[in-house]
Amino acid sequence: MGNLLAIYKRDLKGYFSSPIAYVVIALFLIVTGIFFYLLLSSFLQYSYAMMMQRQGAPVNVNLMMIRPFFLNMSVIVLFVIPMITMRSFSEEKKSGTMELLLTSPLTNWQVILGKFLATFTLYFVMVVVTFLFMIFLFIWGKPAVAPILISYLGILLMGLVLIAVGNFISSLTENQIVAAVGTFGATMLLWVIGFAGDFAGKVFGEFFKYLSIVNHFEDFSKGVFDTSHLVYYLSLTFLMLFFTYQSIESSKWRG
Amino acid sequence: MIEVHNLVKHYGSVKAVDDISFTVDKGEILGFLGPNAAGKTTTMRIITGYMPASAGTVKVAGYDVFDQGLEVKKRIGYLPENPPLYLDMRVRDFLNFTARIKGVNPKTIKAEVDRVAERLSVIDVMDNHISKLSKGYKQRVGFAQALLNNPPVLILDEPTNGLDPRQIIEVREIIRSLGSDHTVILSTHILPEVSMTCNRVAIINEGQLVKIDTPENLTMQLRGSESIILQVEGPIPEIETAFSQHNAVTAVAVQPGNLDNIATYKVEATIGSDIRKALAALVVNHGWGLLELKSESLSLEDIFLRLTTKEEEVN
Repeated sequence: MGNLLAIYKRDLKGYFSSPIAYVVIALFLIVTGIFFYLLLSSFLQYSYAMMMQRQGAPVNVNLMMIRPFFLNMSVIVLFVIPMITMRSFSEEKKSGTMELLLTSPLTNWQVILGKFLATFTLYFVMVVVTFLFMIFLFIWGKPAVAPILISYLGILLMGLVLIAVGNFISSLTENQIVAAVGTFGATMLLWVIGFAGDFAGKVFGEFFKYLSIVNHFEDFSKGVFDTSHLVYYLSLTFLMLFFTYQSIESSKWRG
Repeated sequence: MIEVHNLVKHYGSVKAVDDISFTVDKGEILGFLGPNAAGKTTTMRIITGYMPASAGTVKVAGYDVFDQGLEVKKRIGYLPENPPLYLDMRVRDFLNFTARIKGVNPKTIKAEVDRVAERLSVIDVMDNHISKLSKGYKQRVGFAQALLNNPPVLILDEPTNGLDPRQIIEVREIIRSLGSDHTVILSTHILPEVSMTCNRVAIINEGQLVKIDTPENLTMQLRGSESIILQVEGPIPEIETAFSQHNAVTAVAVQPGNLDNIATYKVEATIGSDIRKALAALVVNHGWGLLELKSESLSLEDIFLRLTTKEEEVN
């Protein structure tokens, strides 16, 4: 446990002592902030129009503003993850520090989990900071809290999978650019495979939709917590961590 | 302390290490000597548990590297060929981190880090970023890392790589002083380093262990014969016959000098016979003038070249 913690702290410090963490968090906040602003503007226009006409159902901020915001965020995350996972193993391999880790009395799992949790912590911070946007909604409105929290839970669970994918791909190469591009390709694939589901016939269509990482998030964005999605996210995460373990073991044999 | 039996390592179809066996006793310093790509680094990496062997066994302090890797790793300090450094860290942070993953008791980490920093004289750069250090300092920080937790076995892959001459001397002294209570394997392609620091030398070429012995014995065995060089003033033919009549002498070669009766004689004698005294007495008794006498020894360099070049006329 102490070893895992040492790896975790070193990696986390590595993120924050270089510009990476700040650049990625800033980028993420800017892009989500723009979407938040646009959604809010159109929501205000709509509710103003509704007020003028004095008709129809009362406008629902959760449904019309918060849900699309989280759906946007779930896609933005796909683009950001490769930037924070590309270094994790590639850099260690390139600089030779992997040799230090693998010849120290550590288990592979301590290294993998330490790094995984460090990246997840950065991701957690990045996602949680967007709650600042929500505060505006709470000041001038009365959004329901539970759907917001469930949406955040969904975003974090999605992050678990994507970070595990990114770490795995990073463990395959010592070139960070290759790791980033490869991870980007993989996250895109996990996204668009859901669209392919519409054209792939009945059996495969369902299967493809099940694989799509964003499809599983939709329920969360509605404020619905379904354990089948939890199972999907967690099992995919463990599978990717297991692949990472195998990748490290096999790179030992290849030298 | 270290037992290597029939070690084999393939990279695809390439045989990097081919059936190497040797043992290193406690407190011994073994030097790996060989040209580049001879299999030195691969052998070291297998001993440290960084990579598994294709065949054969390695035991360190009684623990099998493959089956009890963690126990072995606890007992080995390893300095790879390129020092494994996190360039974005400060030296002190790096050493603290390494101490932690090597299992140094958290309460004694500070003292332990200071001890190794002192030993490698990197104490004045402790707060610098590693990326800003010179190559010599980087190498020494890498070495310091290997000494953390005071492991009984040290594996050093080209430890003097990238150092300036003064630092090389310092590091060699450190290695020698470590030899008293550590078991050390080091690799190098600098020949004098081996004879200066090591108790035994293993010459490795093309994945095979060509020879393993003390530096002195290697020199002895390979000489094949003792040869003595004399410069004598006196009648050349007479001196030549006088020398060749000695029991132990196998050949005499004469190289006339500039002056009439001064010549250089190269006298070959059977191994183990020290005929320097006898030859000197011979010259003096005849009233010739002995100007120079020296015994010619092969340098490790010559041996190395002889052993690792194809045309083996040795033995």
